[in-house]
Amino acid sequence: MVYLTRKAEFAASHYYHNPDLTPEENRRIFGKCNNPNGHGHNYTLEVTVKGEVDPRSGFVVDLKQLKEVLNREVLDAMDHRFLNKEVPEFSTKIPTTENLAIAIWQRLASKLNSAQLHRVRVYETPDLFVDVFGD
Amino acid sequence: MKAYLTRAYMFSASHRLHSEAMSDEENALTYGKCNNPFGHGHNYRLEVMVSGSVDEATGMVCNLADLDGFVQREILERFDLENLNLRPEFKHDVPTTENLCTAIYDILQRGFAHAHLEKVRIEETMMNSFEYAGASNIQY
Repeated sequence: MVYLTRKAEFAASHYYHNPDLTPEENRRIFGKCNNPNGHGHNYTLEVTVKGEVDPRSGFVVDLKQLKEVLNREVLDAMDHRFLNKEVPEFSTKIPTTENLAIAIWQRLASKLNSAQLHRVRVYETPDLFVDVFGD
Repeated sequence: MKAYLTRAYMFSASHRLHSEAMSDEENALTYGKCNNPFGHGHNYRLEVMVSGSVDEATGMVCNLADLDGFVQREILERFDLENLNLRPEFKHDVPTTENLCTAIYDILQRGFAHAHLEKVRIEETMMNSFEYAGASNIQY
């Protein structure tokens, strides 16, 4: 089994707010992230796929195709967007890094033809990142 | 879906690698420059990985404010700008980054209850890093 990781970057804004909580609870739990005007991050996405190396091509996955899927499913939908307002997953879920990683996993898992998705890692900042493995 | 959250912190500390179980010659041979009796320091980068299901109400594995507060109180205040050899954690153990990893893992494992501790990783320099995941043999 060989693991291949492709990186991508996107910039987006978000804020954290749960309409079922009071304004005081929202501020207590989410702090500055509760500002309804939002704030932004430069996110770094790492997508790791796994598979056996194809003896004819020497590839685990066609990188061109992986890049196309990443561009279509993630970057076109999220780059330079306000996640709460423009990405459907976040009309009901809070766009934390945890939920962002899960949403990206769900967008990619069924779209990769040859290789199997192993890990989605999303860096919100260099000091904070979330991994999901689909379990 | 389960999520694994990693947060990084910086701290600076000095240490000297010297084992009471070895002769001076053996210490010098084993630890080289790190055996200098005056010690030396590093800027350590600590990564703490916790995991759990994502809370529906908050979208979080655990509130970062809780993790940051715990690490500040229990780890950074203990080790930042200190001489590790003089700390009680290293009264019997050589303050290698291996032993620092397990000491920090144990502090988190005992005291941090807001999420499941997965792994501690420490970069001693840009060129070497150490990881400890307790009994877990999970691969990342």
